[in-house]
Amino acid sequence: MLLTITYSGPNASDLGYLLHKHPGKVQSFDVSVGEAHVFYPEASDERCTAAVLLEVDPIALVRNKRFGGSDSFSLGHYVNDRPYAASSMLAVAMGKVFRTAMTGRCDARPELVATPIPLEIGLASVPSKGADRLATRLFTPLGWQVEETAIPLDTQFREWGDSRYTNLRLHGTLTLAEALRQLYVLLPVLDDSKHYWVSDDEVAKLLRAGEGWLAEHPDRELITRRYLAHQRTMIADATERLVEVGDVEAASASAGSTAHGTAAPTPLFSLRAEAVLAALRELDAHRVADLGCGEGALLKHLMADPSFTQILGADVSHRALGLAEERLHLRDLSDRQRARVKLIRSSITYLDDRMAGFDAVVLMEVIEHVDLDRLSAVEASVFAHARPGAVIVTTPNSEYNAMYPTLSEGGFRHSDHRFEWSRAEFAEWAQGVCGRNGYSVELRPVGENDPVVGTPTQLALFRRA
Amino acid sequence: MPELAIPDMSLVVLIGSSGSGKSTFAREHFGPFETLSSDFFRGLVSNDENDQASTADAFEALRFVAGKRLDAGLLTVVDATNVQPESRRAFVRLAREHDVLPVAIVLDVPERICVERNESRTDRRFGANVITRQQAQLRRSLKSLGREGFRRVHVLHGVDEIAEASITVEPLLNDRRFEAGPFDVIGDIHGCRSELETLLVRLGYAIEADAAGRPIDASNPDGRRAVFLGDLVDRGPDTPGVLRLVMGMVGNGHALAVPGNHEDKLVKALRGKKVQTSHGLAETLTQLAGESEEFRAQVERFADGLVSHLVLDGGDLVVAHAGLPESYQGRASGRVRAFALYGDTTGETDEYGLPVRYPWAEDYRGSATVLYGHTPTLEAEWVNNTMCLDTGCVFGGKLTALRYPEREVVSVPAERVWYEPVKPLAAPATADAPARAAGLLSIDDVLGKHIVETRTHGRIGVREDYAAGALEVISRWAIDPRWLLYLPPTMSPPSTSGREGLLEHPAEAFAAYRKEGISDLICEEKHMGSRAVVLLTRNAARFDAPEGWRGIVHTRTGRPFFDAQRADEFLARLDAAFENAGLWHELDTDWVMLDAELLPWSLKAGDMIRGQYASVGAAATAALPRAVAALEQAASRGIPVTELLERTRSRESNARGYVHAYRNYSAPADGLEGVQLAPFQVLATEGKTHSDASHRWHLDVADRLAAVEPALVRPTRSLVVNLTDDASVASAIEWWQSLTAEGGEGMVVKPLANLTRTAKGVVQPGIKVRGREYLRIIYGADYTEPENLGRLRDRNLAHKRSMALREYALGLEALDRLVAGEPLWRIHQAVFAVLAMESEPVDPRL
Repeated sequence: MLLTITYSGPNASDLGYLLHKHPGKVQSFDVSVGEAHVFYPEASDERCTAAVLLEVDPIALVRNKRFGGSDSFSLGHYVNDRPYAASSMLAVAMGKVFRTAMTGRCDARPELVATPIPLEIGLASVPSKGADRLATRLFTPLGWQVEETAIPLDTQFREWGDSRYTNLRLHGTLTLAEALRQLYVLLPVLDDSKHYWVSDDEVAKLLRAGEGWLAEHPDRELITRRYLAHQRTMIADATERLVEVGDVEAASASAGSTAHGTAAPTPLFSLRAEAVLAALRELDAHRVADLGCGEGALLKHLMADPSFTQILGADVSHRALGLAEERLHLRDLSDRQRARVKLIRSSITYLDDRMAGFDAVVLMEVIEHVDLDRLSAVEASVFAHARPGAVIVTTPNSEYNAMYPTLSEGGFRHSDHRFEWSRAEFAEWAQGVCGRNGYSVELRPVGENDPVVGTPTQLALFRRA
Repeated sequence: MPELAIPDMSLVVLIGSSGSGKSTFAREHFGPFETLSSDFFRGLVSNDENDQASTADAFEALRFVAGKRLDAGLLTVVDATNVQPESRRAFVRLAREHDVLPVAIVLDVPERICVERNESRTDRRFGANVITRQQAQLRRSLKSLGREGFRRVHVLHGVDEIAEASITVEPLLNDRRFEAGPFDVIGDIHGCRSELETLLVRLGYAIEADAAGRPIDASNPDGRRAVFLGDLVDRGPDTPGVLRLVMGMVGNGHALAVPGNHEDKLVKALRGKKVQTSHGLAETLTQLAGESEEFRAQVERFADGLVSHLVLDGGDLVVAHAGLPESYQGRASGRVRAFALYGDTTGETDEYGLPVRYPWAEDYRGSATVLYGHTPTLEAEWVNNTMCLDTGCVFGGKLTALRYPEREVVSVPAERVWYEPVKPLAAPATADAPARAAGLLSIDDVLGKHIVETRTHGRIGVREDYAAGALEVISRWAIDPRWLLYLPPTMSPPSTSGREGLLEHPAEAFAAYRKEGISDLICEEKHMGSRAVVLLTRNAARFDAPEGWRGIVHTRTGRPFFDAQRADEFLARLDAAFENAGLWHELDTDWVMLDAELLPWSLKAGDMIRGQYASVGAAATAALPRAVAALEQAASRGIPVTELLERTRSRESNARGYVHAYRNYSAPADGLEGVQLAPFQVLATEGKTHSDASHRWHLDVADRLAAVEPALVRPTRSLVVNLTDDASVASAIEWWQSLTAEGGEGMVVKPLANLTRTAKGVVQPGIKVRGREYLRIIYGADYTEPENLGRLRDRNLAHKRSMALREYALGLEALDRLVAGEPLWRIHQAVFAVLAMESEPVDPRL
């Protein structure tokens, strides 16, 4: 909410001309989220400081539809940092208040406008998400000396550590217009939360504001990506959240090795789907239910193969089902095609007659999302109640986690995993299921096989006795 | 004057040629919706009642509607010519599919009259030859109607007979809803006369014997009647004795009876049909051979006259030998009878070579209690509102009765093993069988739109999309539904206060109750913790849990607070507190459920406090002092920033207040060290909810727990208010001010008497009045600024209030069902509905 710009030098108060704001006045501007005030705490011949104070109206913010208001029912929507942080909103205010100064036009002091001058920029409570000391990393290459001071979360609870905010002081010799344009781009990049104004012409705006410095910036990609953030579709958003460490590893590994000209390994999620499909074909299954189908990754493969004549996808998540319907283009299918596939809302901890009568039921990466003490309900609904001819279960092999350097000891591959089993643990559970429900089981490895820790995924193929 | 008897719930098929007066007849004798006319359905599907081309579609639609009516148990009349056997056959099949009786009424009118009537109509386009053909078809049909499957055939000859006819709807034989009991329902006897006598005496019946000392009747001085569930005969030592006694009781109106499969077979044998005499029939025939011819004839008449099942007590009780699913109850068809006598089998056989019986009771969701026998079990147990009372007396088990409506089980042991069972009475349970069937829920119990019938607030609907949200929450994060037996309701704040600087004030809460005519209230301190439901038990089996399980502590959305080990440690201490306070004994229970706050809030919400509240506080307290400093500097230069400076100073102080408010919620808790429970209501104990006990009583329980275990249990401060006493009201307001001045959350105002109803219905169980400082973490630090407060006063409370009442009623309903020992799915429906309500979009700041 607070930005100060200090110019030290002869006739320092010329800063007023460069900014097109008179040092002896306080000027206020309506911006969409509140009011921005420009005033000068000091204005001598040696040193002149302009301050921009943005007063965000929190109630207007909440009620304004454009800012995501009125349909949000979480408290975070009402109590947030926007009124205090030097966030993307401050950049919006700058764009409005210093529009002319940013273009580098000053008829009164034309020579000063083009001259790099010693500047000091002060910013309070700059939200910075992601990498440590990101502000230093972003501003240093542009010729700034950066002082970043961490703000603790709460001085009374030191053990909570630092907050995501820092106070920032930048020293450098640049033209004022350049300094302003850099701030205009980098404040939202540091913030990395919702840019309320992202529109179609944002790319053009970025190119204009970034002229002369962005192209050479070593973090150009990060800056561009974050500045244009939130144009990603909801689907991409969701995929990111659901992807597992293993998949990420495989994907990045593949990206890396392609660069070195070697063949990319198949990502784990593809290997898993292939293993499940192979098992289904081996079973000669025609009617298949994918329980916990998520967004339909496996269903897509099933639909592509005409030997699967009846396909059921079930999930408990309303969102996932909606996305699956979209991804599988169910609405565009012919009646005959459409009759093959059915998506239903269900839960594997409840008995559901609609899951009965299938040749095979697939639980691909599902059981580890169920609390251990609720697995008996899954067993009852799938093995005892639905009683398909076969059940295919895949789940992570926890022994393989040692192969993921980013995973902490004993950590899980996904934050929603309730457990991850070793091969022995999985086998023990599978044998128990067989004994109680009249099935036999065959365990199979999926993915790259390490002689010590095995494969990343394990698959159990149950056949009804 | 012909009187046509029609069984209730039947499908009546009118038969007669065009012009025979069927529609007029139907109009005179049946209700406007009861008659489905083919002409009308032609009109519906084609806009033309006479469009013969649309006949097939019209009949398809007609049969569909008829099916829906029969599903609902409604008498239905088909008005179509129906002169061809194939068109009638479709309706006979339809009746059977819905287990109702098909009835034919033939209107036999001379052809001449039909033709005349037809010619007088302008809308008919067919000629006399059509009627001639229909008349011929009718004539051919008349003799075969009975063979076609019609259970009653009425033929009305000529115009006069048709005009004079009247219709009487007769109740079905199984419809004994007017019999209200009380009953003593007795399971399979199988010739165990001596045990039957013992049981009847135990139940308070006086037995009457004939001259030879043989019991021939038994009556109860309180007017109770016995209901025999069939399988009186075979295997046991004295089948004739049992029959003599039961026939006497039934004949004298002291008992009702339904037949079992063994009676069914006995009738066939007595009629000389060739039947297998295994399973004990041989013994019966031998014993009966010693009786008189007359007695045998009497037995045959008695057993043959029994109705397959009976619907009793206004429809609340159904008795059938092998049980009966809801869709068959009160119906009549071959398969209903077969199910009632023989049950259903899965088609598999077990290791003893016996057919595996289909466990219909596990799927039973009907509202009527079903009592049955047929399958010998070790103990009579409730399964989804059904109970099997065959406890294998003849195999050396016991003879069991259920007292209805008391639902009390009374048994007498078998005197000996009279007949060696093929398999042991109850196969020992498999050591690690998957979760017991009773603990399993069906998706149909919760998915889709549901109505929950509550005792306190009538029918409460659950919208489908909110149910979907709740399903996800329950499936992914909630504890086992066998232990998730209650969820607390949300609570509404009072109407917005008009006082300066305040959004909420006790005066509005008091006014709300005053308006309801309630003057005795209690104010309870609102703890700065998390709402917690505690189930503490010394009887794990009551909750289908493993031996040694002490219970669970869960959040208001059904998530566990602790891992298993911590929960055990926590509950063990709480159990000891109950013991030391003498509460186990006093409450006369071996389990208790508490509504409580668990402190500190940071225990559950630590991430949220740090990630959201403290984070915003850090940004605010870092930025605002700098802004103030910059403004002061400008002001000292004479720049006119006074107003902005004042405002920013005020915001700086608001930010400090905000930080202070959330800090109240943060206390270090290491393991269970520092964790405290503040119970404020005893929700339920065995057989009892306590919603009608004064809040004073509830808080006394909490105080006693706190007295013996102060480290674990925190008492709840409270103040009783009498609204007719101004001093009392003033001191309550003062108390609230002192509670909240330092950032305390506030207080809850409740009717002192607890659950309170007025003529308008149930009253809000509590109104929370939150403190001015506390509300900063809800409405934002600067909400107290006059320009903000003015806009925030406009808040919509109606929805929140309605939600609070509905959730309250649903929670109470869950508890009522729990203590009544109702099946899990019934409890779960109410609990699930609370969670579904919570998915409704409502301003989270309320």
